[in-house]
Amino acid sequence: MTQHGGTSPKLALSESKGEERIGVYVCHCGTNIAGVVDVQEVAEWAAAQLEHRGVVIGREYKFMCSSLGQELIEKDIKELELTRVVVAACSPHLHEHTFRTACKNAGLNPYLCELVSIREQVSWVHTDKAAATAKAKAVVSGGVERVIRHAPLEPLRVPIHPDTLVVGGGIAGIQSALEIADAGYHVYLVEREPSIGGHMAQFDKTFPTLDCSACILTPKMVQVGTHPNVTLLTWSEVEKVDGFVGNFTVTVRKKARKVIEDLCTGCGICQEKCPKKVIDDVYEAGLGYRKAVYTPFPQAVPKYPVMDVENCTYFEKGTCKACEKFCPTNAIDFKQQDEILTLQVGNIVLATGYDLFDARRVTNYGYGRLPNVFTSLEFERLSNAAGPTNGNIVLRDGKTTPKAVGIVHCVGSRDRNFNNYCSVICCMQGLKFAHLVHERTGAIVYNFYIDMRTAYKAYDEFYQRVLEEGTLFVRGKVAEITDVPRRPDEDGHLIVQVEDTLAGKQRRIPVDMVILSTGLQPRYDAKETAKRFGLSCSSDGWFIEKHPKLDPISTMTEGIYIAGCVQGPKDIPSSVAQGAAAAARVLGKIQQKEISIEPVRASVNQDQCSGCRICNNLCPYNAISFDEDRGVSLVNAALCQGCGTCVAACPAGAISGTAFSNDQILSQIEGLLLLNIDEPVTA
Amino acid sequence: MSDKPKFAMYWAASCGGCEIAVLNTNEKILDVDANFDVVFWPVAMDAKYKDVEAMQDGSILLTLFNGGIRTDENEHIAKLLRQKSKILVAFGSCANEGCVPGLANLSDAREIVHTAFNTVSTDNPKQVYPMTSYDVPEGEICIPKILPTLKTLDQVVDVDYYMPGCPPESHQIAAVIDLVIQVLQGKAELPPKGSVIGAGNSTVCDECQRARNVKTITSFNRIFGQEIDPDLCLLEQGIPCNGVATRSGCNARCPTAGAQCIGCYGPAEGVVDYGARLVSAFASVIDAKEPDEIDRILDGIPDPAGQFYRFNLAGSLLRAGKSAWEKA
Repeated sequence: MTQHGGTSPKLALSESKGEERIGVYVCHCGTNIAGVVDVQEVAEWAAAQLEHRGVVIGREYKFMCSSLGQELIEKDIKELELTRVVVAACSPHLHEHTFRTACKNAGLNPYLCELVSIREQVSWVHTDKAAATAKAKAVVSGGVERVIRHAPLEPLRVPIHPDTLVVGGGIAGIQSALEIADAGYHVYLVEREPSIGGHMAQFDKTFPTLDCSACILTPKMVQVGTHPNVTLLTWSEVEKVDGFVGNFTVTVRKKARKVIEDLCTGCGICQEKCPKKVIDDVYEAGLGYRKAVYTPFPQAVPKYPVMDVENCTYFEKGTCKACEKFCPTNAIDFKQQDEILTLQVGNIVLATGYDLFDARRVTNYGYGRLPNVFTSLEFERLSNAAGPTNGNIVLRDGKTTPKAVGIVHCVGSRDRNFNNYCSVICCMQGLKFAHLVHERTGAIVYNFYIDMRTAYKAYDEFYQRVLEEGTLFVRGKVAEITDVPRRPDEDGHLIVQVEDTLAGKQRRIPVDMVILSTGLQPRYDAKETAKRFGLSCSSDGWFIEKHPKLDPISTMTEGIYIAGCVQGPKDIPSSVAQGAAAAARVLGKIQQKEISIEPVRASVNQDQCSGCRICNNLCPYNAISFDEDRGVSLVNAALCQGCGTCVAACPAGAISGTAFSNDQILSQIEGLLLLNIDEPVTA
Repeated sequence: MSDKPKFAMYWAASCGGCEIAVLNTNEKILDVDANFDVVFWPVAMDAKYKDVEAMQDGSILLTLFNGGIRTDENEHIAKLLRQKSKILVAFGSCANEGCVPGLANLSDAREIVHTAFNTVSTDNPKQVYPMTSYDVPEGEICIPKILPTLKTLDQVVDVDYYMPGCPPESHQIAAVIDLVIQVLQGKAELPPKGSVIGAGNSTVCDECQRARNVKTITSFNRIFGQEIDPDLCLLEQGIPCNGVATRSGCNARCPTAGAQCIGCYGPAEGVVDYGARLVSAFASVIDAKEPDEIDRILDGIPDPAGQFYRFNLAGSLLRAGKSAWEKA
């Protein structure tokens, strides 16, 4: 039997003793804080008004985070024998580590330092100086009350498994895998399609240099495929991720190819002999056919085909087996089952890419209804020499060369009806298309754009080049694409109805072919993927990085990195750079051999837990298990990331979080309300 | 007067159920009489406040105080009994956390009086309202004044022990009486001051025999109108059972009988705000992603204050609604 739960806040406060020696440090942050908050007054107030709570010194300094600022704290810890430190500065996200390290350097346990934000939460959000100063005092007071109840903590140290999982075999994932493998560490590269290569393998040319996409990509694919440090798992999907940084256990489903990889030589006879033609919706964007046993394209890595059991005649009707009959190495195995693999890895790079915006949703553009309206990916296949038309840009009938082509930018992007964001690559993609159409057909090309976005190296030069080639640019959002003529010259054409905002009039432009420069959107299953890996998505569905500027590679889950379009739309160079950056992070972690993790953890008081199981399904890190015998829930401290979800949910109050105890939080609130001062002085 | 230790019991703003629960200990009540001299117990015997006022400070060994502090009379007697008692026990939900009378803290005192004297339930054509004092030929007569909010006992005076329940279970009362008698005989020691007595340290789920699984709730239902699985956790069946957050000690009587726990034993050990705990626990297991769907599920709880704060409003962090709080 312990203290009654309903004890009033005032009582709790009077029980705590002012035995600590606390230093309060108020940062100017240049004028960021000092421009709004009277920092000197806050420091003096803390020293005077919070003296009875143990504050022995209050100081202000221009930049507390500078070496001089840190030295100031270190000196005070030693000379004034401080036992607690409160720094009133920016968000703990930025400098908590800095000040904890300063405390550690001076011999104080780093967890006895509390950073309270008077920048993000005070000076940046207020203009009234007096009120902001009063609020800063309250925030400091809250920090003082909280830090009194801090306990010294030791970081947990865990070893890091040297293997890495890379999910997604597009260019970002390939780059990441290669960098890590080249450094001498093992990589599992998991790809759900039969081959790695991603979207880049579907393109003909890349902007702005017009390199052949396959020519620059396939060498990298081969390198990954043959690298001794890479285990390639194509036609495979990650089903489950358990564990934490340094020690992830990943369950991968290796889908049955129905082809024995050890025997298959990749000769291609099975594909040749397979009598079943299937429309290839993935690689050929629906414009071409593949067989029921197939490799998506000739340079596919690995070379082994997969069998599409939904369309295979044998699986449909029980007869055929042409592939088996003709296979020279007996590599076909109709009975092959999915395999479940369990991988141990220390770090994970997620590079699962994007889906193309579904242009059918913009019904006024007629895609899916008007045959000669194409999506960008369809056009990539049309213009690809290895594509269904051998690179001939023709209408849907497969033979007619267009005489006039309209390219519509921002389809599904920068549009309140669909996606608010800019898909980044569509302007350059549209320009590339204009160039290719012009070069190969001589047709008149119109580009319909809202704003031309050609940032980055050599992009705008490419725009100039396309301008000089004679492409016509119409600035305005296309209202409609129709095949209903109003004038004789529109007969038999598609008409692009657009407001030309530069000419200031409505125009109807007849063309033979329309290419929609469709935007990018998150994978259809991005949210499930995020949940599986314990990450979060923005409202758009892109994965959220740890910091939008300073850490666009890490996530809030330690040991999981993101690369390429999974984080947001980007072009190939950026995807490659991010893939390499993620690899550098992973290598940095592996090199450390072990890692110290925050000791902020949840734990269950076994006496109070009644096994109601409310918490069981909530943990994003799968750290909670239920002990059937004892009828209690347990938190695995190694898996717990200290997020506090279970602490908040536990109706019995049986779960508490280190460094976020009820006592600490409520005391901070009491401090904020200035209940620790007999006569609160309000501004 | 004998030299037996003195015993008192008082009711403030309460229903009388606590006294019945004491009497319901059956022959155990004889032990009380055998070991104590009952000096003040308005429901059971006649006594005057002035008799209590005349007692020596600390002369009553044990006072069981039930009811919340709703009037100035309640407050006066609470302070008086505190002064005269060695051990003051907040007895029952009202004294502990406000209980159902505490729900009136959602309204201010004027609204409460208006509701009682001049709404559909009361025919009051002459607009007659009670007055706290009235002059009659014999002199001035007074009735107690209503306070702006109902307070729990420990919001008014220092409390030694807390005994929850609405009412406390008779077997728990009997056990506490036994304990006190053993202490008097030198066979046991009192628990530390501030302890919760006559209850468990876990939650009702701990005493509930229903099977429990991982919870996902797609709708909140009432106990009528659907088939209730007699062996499965009620909350899993969408019945908003408060047992998950409620202190153990009642042997899970309601859930065992097929009705949801309404939370009369108050917050579990260490819980600061009972209702907030429950809200976040229920919200955690709602299985829906779309806002509309979430709204539909939440509409299954038509009276959130009654569901989550039926017993604990006055003892919660907020204590009262804004209109009452501002006048307090």
